[in-house]
Amino acid sequence: MEATMTNATASTAEQKIQDRTVPESTVGEVHVENPRMTARAVDVYYGEKQAISNVNLDIGLGQVIAFIGPSGCGKSTFLRCLNRMNDTIDVCRVEGEIKIDQDDIYDPRIDVVQLRARVGMVFQKPNPFPKSIYENIAYGPRIHGLVKSKVELDEIVESSLTRAGLWNEVKDRLDQTGTGLSGGQQQRLCIARAIAVSPEVILMDEPCSALDSIVTAKVEELIHELREQYTIVIVTHSMQQAARVSDRTAYFHLGKLVEVGETKQIFTSPTHELTQDYITGRFG
Amino acid sequence: MTDSTQMAQTGILDKLTPSTVAGLVGKSLTKRNRGETVFQAVGIGAISLAVVLVLILFGSVFSKGLPAFWQMHINLDVTFSEDRIKVAAAPVREDFANDAEYQDARNKWVNSLNFVNYNALLLDALSKHIPEANDDRRAALALVTSGERFALRDLIANDPSVIGQTLPLTLLADANVDVWLKGNIDRSLPDEQQQLSAQTREWADRLYAEGIIENNFSTALFMNSDSRSSLASAGLAGAFMGSLFMMLIVIVLAVPIGVCAAIYLEEFAPTNRLTSLIEVNINNLAAVPSIVFGLLGASVFILAFGLPMSAPVVGGLVLTLMTLPTVIIATRSTLKAIPPSIREGAMALGASKVQAITGHVLPLAVPGILTASILGVAQALGETAPLLLIGMNAFVTSVPTSPLDQATALPVQIYLWQGNELRNFFEGRTSAAIVVLLAMLITLNSIAIWLRKKFETRW
Ligand SMILES: Nc1ncnc2c1ncn2[C@@H]1O[C@H](COP(=O)(O)OP(=O)(O)OP(=O)(O)O)[C@@H](O)[C@H]1O
Ligand SMILES: [Mg+2]
Repeated sequence: MEATMTNATASTAEQKIQDRTVPESTVGEVHVENPRMTARAVDVYYGEKQAISNVNLDIGLGQVIAFIGPSGCGKSTFLRCLNRMNDTIDVCRVEGEIKIDQDDIYDPRIDVVQLRARVGMVFQKPNPFPKSIYENIAYGPRIHGLVKSKVELDEIVESSLTRAGLWNEVKDRLDQTGTGLSGGQQQRLCIARAIAVSPEVILMDEPCSALDSIVTAKVEELIHELREQYTIVIVTHSMQQAARVSDRTAYFHLGKLVEVGETKQIFTSPTHELTQDYITGRFG
Repeated sequence: MTDSTQMAQTGILDKLTPSTVAGLVGKSLTKRNRGETVFQAVGIGAISLAVVLVLILFGSVFSKGLPAFWQMHINLDVTFSEDRIKVAAAPVREDFANDAEYQDARNKWVNSLNFVNYNALLLDALSKHIPEANDDRRAALALVTSGERFALRDLIANDPSVIGQTLPLTLLADANVDVWLKGNIDRSLPDEQQQLSAQTREWADRLYAEGIIENNFSTALFMNSDSRSSLASAGLAGAFMGSLFMMLIVIVLAVPIGVCAAIYLEEFAPTNRLTSLIEVNINNLAAVPSIVFGLLGASVFILAFGLPMSAPVVGGLVLTLMTLPTVIIATRSTLKAIPPSIREGAMALGASKVQAITGHVLPLAVPGILTASILGVAQALGETAPLLLIGMNAFVTSVPTSPLDQATALPVQIYLWQGNELRNFFEGRTSAAIVVLLAMLITLNSIAIWLRKKFETRW
């Protein structure tokens, strides 16, 4: 027996959605003319449990693509396939084919270190290293041997921080620890850290969920500027954010990619009922 | 949803109006506050009890031990007269063709010094203050501890030019004289229960009153090794060096092996039957009584590997085995406490697993690892039982110069001394040894605290 009317309403809405079948194939155009990364028939399992099934998706060169969908639908899981961060989870198994510029990233001959230098990642919670701001940025270029001299390294640090819109705030205290910055500054530091190794793709998993609205606006502005040089994949729970920053939007549901298309189209005239329900805020 | 008209059913929640809730919370609050007060009181009580017990322990050890660092000394003008020291002139290097011949001659000469009657030298010196000393030579000679005869010999051997001179020397008084003058024995006991003859006691009192015998800080405790013939000069040097060698072995072996094992188990090892079996065994090993490790050391290192008995190398290996689980477990829990986001951050930048660990995880873990290691070493330093089983309770009169020499250890020396028959003298000596051991442990712990502060990363 339901205790309140509100619960009862929610329950029926859920029921309605349960009744709607998740489509076997994705609605909308999964292909783009000029893909940087392509995923074909990707299945992901955590042990016995399947978290992603049969996802086909192109990630366009120089585009921002947003992944949206209810909690637990597999957005992070799929995102983490793109730079093989799932390798760090023992029970995780990825099937299918993911390519970056025609190279299969799960090919045994591909070194995961090289892949991650090409596909950078920014996490939900800012995780700067407990070292100086300078060291935070310099670490990546140094381990990959991108620079030959201290001068070049200084240059990388400065331009990465500048691109991340943080240079003016921290230029006088590069030797202070990165963890001493505010949350928003820390997240931009993490973005600068990712930029410093000149990746082709930057993956962002809910980069603004720990930030307030003003700082979020700053980070969104930054994403806007970064789209010129990088391909960006962003997972977000905020529909407005997806609408503001992305060119294309992919809607995930229960491990399936339900619908994908131009952001404008997804938000104004979604094709699939599940997408409609989610966009209009009926659940999620 | 708080509007009750919308409720499909009335339940307990509806009966809880704000005023009843306030009343109920108030009531439960009194109970909770009381619980909190009781908990605090119990905590403070426990801490006070612990502090009092520690103070009592330290108080008794220090009150007995510290006076033992001061010993009775006799100031004598010793004349190294040629009449008494009838030996040939000391050989000189220039007279010999090569070093070997010179060494040979010198050894012979030093050997001849053993036949000098040093008691006569001491009696001569004592007679200057006790004219009647020659009437009861035994009583007079009992004032000076027997080991000082060898000290006189060594003095001549090191510098033959003292022959014919008179030197003011400060000699250690006999252990019983020390006990008598410090009042560590009941002075009213009848003669047959006293360790010293009535004559010696009388002379000791007289010299003490005249200032010839003085209570001075003694280095004997630190410079000498154990002795049974000259109890007053029994020292800790041998045991100290034995403990030092063992500590070095433990640091060199247990720390790197333990840390590497912990890193592998925590960061690299796959989770399967074998690793969980290893894990369980390491945890069990930490709980094995230390004396079992001693048995293992005796049967494996001494019987099977043929390493020498009573040697710090065997003791060090045994203590290493004993310390390993401690270091491994503590290091692993340190590594576990490092947030995984740091590892992920590094790996997402393309760092390999080893790079992420050496570059980011280990620097954060260093303070914890150091603390764990030093506490493990401190634990090993205080261990006695396993050392008894590998013969480190042997009576060793020389200071070991290598881990293969025979030696004892500080805690074993404490054990040996507290069993000595001359209780009155060795009670203080034992406490003094405990003070030295405690000082070493406190030093180690302070180093641990200092290192932790130094390497701590501020977040
Ligand atoms: N390490 C893991 N081990 C086992 N199952 C996992 C693991 N990580 C995620 N899952 C499961 O995989 C499914 C997808 O999780 P994922 O984190 O990708 O969801 P998400 O869409 O990112 O959700 P959210 O929006 O809440 O972050 C979930 O059912 C989750 O329980
Ligand atoms: Mg997620």
